[in-house]
Amino acid sequence: MTRAKRLALSIGVIVLLAVASTFIGAAQMDLSDPRGMMVLTVSRIPRTLAALLTGAALAVAGVVMQQIVRNRFVEPGTAGTAESAALGLLVITLVMPTAPIWAKMVAASVAALAGTWVFVHMIRRLPPREVLLVPLAGIVLSGVIGAAVTWIGWQADMMQYIATWLMSGEFSGVISGRYELLWIAAIAAAIAFFAADRFAILGLGPEAATALGLSPRAVMRLGLTVVAVVTAMVVVSVGMIPFVGLVVPNIAARVVGDNLRRSLPLVAMGGAGLVLACDIIGRLVIAPYEIPAGTILGVVGALVFLWLLWKPARPARRKTLPEQVDV
Amino acid sequence: MIRVADVNHQIDGNPILTNVSCDIPQGEVTALIGPNGAGKSTLLKLMGRIEPLQTGHVAINDLDVGTTPSGQLALEMAYLGQNLSVASRLRVRELIGFGRWPHCKGHPGPVDHAAVHDALVMFDLVPFADRFLDELSGGQAQRAHLAMTFAQTTPWMLLDEPLNNLDMAHSRALMKRLSDLRDAGRSVVIVLHDLNHAAAWADHLIAMKNGRIAASGTAEEVLTPQTLAALYETDVQVLRYAGRPLVLHHI
Ligand SMILES: Nc1ncnc2c1ncn2[C@@H]1O[C@H](COP(=O)(O)OP(=O)(O)OP(=O)(O)O)[C@@H](O)[C@H]1O
Ligand SMILES: [Mg+2]
Repeated sequence: MTRAKRLALSIGVIVLLAVASTFIGAAQMDLSDPRGMMVLTVSRIPRTLAALLTGAALAVAGVVMQQIVRNRFVEPGTAGTAESAALGLLVITLVMPTAPIWAKMVAASVAALAGTWVFVHMIRRLPPREVLLVPLAGIVLSGVIGAAVTWIGWQADMMQYIATWLMSGEFSGVISGRYELLWIAAIAAAIAFFAADRFAILGLGPEAATALGLSPRAVMRLGLTVVAVVTAMVVVSVGMIPFVGLVVPNIAARVVGDNLRRSLPLVAMGGAGLVLACDIIGRLVIAPYEIPAGTILGVVGALVFLWLLWKPARPARRKTLPEQVDV
Repeated sequence: MIRVADVNHQIDGNPILTNVSCDIPQGEVTALIGPNGAGKSTLLKLMGRIEPLQTGHVAINDLDVGTTPSGQLALEMAYLGQNLSVASRLRVRELIGFGRWPHCKGHPGPVDHAAVHDALVMFDLVPFADRFLDELSGGQAQRAHLAMTFAQTTPWMLLDEPLNNLDMAHSRALMKRLSDLRDAGRSVVIVLHDLNHAAAWADHLIAMKNGRIAASGTAEEVLTPQTLAALYETDVQVLRYAGRPLVLHHI
C-alpha cells in the first residue's frame, strides 16, 4: 500500500466509525424530533469526539514515550504516569475541595510530569540490554504510586473517584461540556507532530542527538510534558485507557518504521479508530447496557500485544516508497 | 585547528584523562591510537561536546566547545561514536537524511537531497536505501552510519573506530575517501586500532596510554618498535613498505 492509499483508508475507516457511533446507543434518536437532535449534539457527537481525541492523543503519547526512553514496551499507563496524575488530582481535591477545574488539571499534569520524570531517571540505572526490565520497572512504579492513591482514597472515602480515574476509561458519561479538556490533550499531541524529527533523532540515542546539534535534555523535557499533559487530561475527563499507547505505536513501527514524521499520522488515526471501535463494541455487546471502552480495550489490547510479541516484523516492502527522504 | 588545553576528566573519582593538551592540525588526517581503555573515545567525545568538559578547554576553529551553541558546532564537525546499536527502525535513507538536520532543520531542499544521494552512492548503499537498519549486516549498518556522518558535510569529522565491521575493500575505500576530503581542505580525527591503516593514510598520529598522550608526530616518528612496545606492552616488529612503516603485530 502506498502512503496516500494508507492515509485514505485510515480516514475512511474513521469516518465510518464516527458515523456509526452517532447512531448507536441506548436512547432512540429520531432526528425529525428536537429531542433527537439534542441526543445527537449533546451526547452522541461529544462522545464520538471524546473517543477519537482520547485514542489519538494516547497513541501519540505512547510513541513519544517510547522514543524518549528508547524502549518499545512502555506506555503512559505502565510507567506511573496515570497513577501520578490521579495522585495529583486526589491531593488537590483533598487540600482544596473547591479548586476550579483548571487548577485540578494543572495539579494532575504536574504530578504526571513528576511521576514520569522519576520513571525516566529510575530506568537510567538499568542495564541497557535488559529490554524487558524497563516496562517491569514501570509496572512496579505504577503499582507503588497506585497503592498510595488507593490508601489515601480509602482514608478520605474517595474510592469512587479513583475508580473513574484509573480503573477503566469509559465514555458513557461524556456529554457536551464534560469532555472539552480532551482538546488540550489533542493540542499537546499536535505539538509532538511539530517536534517529530526531534523525537526521532532522540531515538538514535543522546550521543547521536548531541552530535546533530540537538539538546537531548530539552527534547526529553518536551516529550515528558506532552506525555504528562495528554495522560492527565485523559485521566481527568474519561479515565485511563490501557494498551492504546502500546499496541498502536508498535503496529505502526512495523508498518512504516520509527521515522515519526511518517508514522505519527498513522499512529494518531490508529489510536482514534481503535478507541472509538472499542467504545462502539462496548455499547453493542450487552445493549441496552454498556461495557466501558477501557475494559474492551483491555481484552483486545492484550490479545493484539501477545500477537505482536509472537509474530516478528516483516521486512520492508521496497517498491512503493517515494524517492526522497523526509528529513 | 582543534586545540585541546589542560583537559582532565574523571568518572566516579577515577582519572580517565590527565593533563591532556594537544593541537590537531587543520587540513590533515589525524589518527588517535593506543591500547583499550587508553581514553581515546573519551577524548574524542570531549572534543565533539558529546560529553561535557570537566576542566580545561577545547576549541575548534577558535569556537569554544563549551560555550558555542551545539547547533552551530554541528555545522563545524560531525561525530560518529564507537557503539552504534540503534534500536530505531529507520530506513537507511531516513537515517542518512538525519545527517542533514543541522543544515535544514527538517525542511530538506535540493542540496540536502543531493547530499543524501551522494552519501548513498559513496558507501555502496543504493540497493539498501529503503531497507530498515535492523535488516542490514553489521558492516552495512556501519556504512549507513558513516554515510549519515558524511552527509553532514562539515569541515571536521570525528570518527571513533569507523573501520569496525568493515571488510578489507570498504576499509580501504573509506580511508581513501578521508584522504580525498583532506585534499579538499577538510580535516579528520579518527580513532584507529589498525596501525597499518594509520601508517598508510594518517598525516599525524597521537598515541594515548592511561589517559595521557604518550607520543605524537608523523607515522615515521610514532610507529617505531620502541614506542609501540612501550605503548602496547608487547613486542612489535616494524618493517618498511612503499616508503611507509609496516607494523607486524599479528605473528
Ligand atoms: N561510563 C564509564 N564509567 C566508568 N568508567 C568508564 C566509563 N566509560 C569509560 N570508562 C573508563 O575510561 C577509560 C577510557 O575509556 P575509553 O572508552 O576512552 O577508552 P578507549 O581508548 O576508547 O578504549 P577502546 O580502544 O577499548 O575503545 C577506560 O578505562 C574505561 O574503563
Ligand atoms: Mg574507544
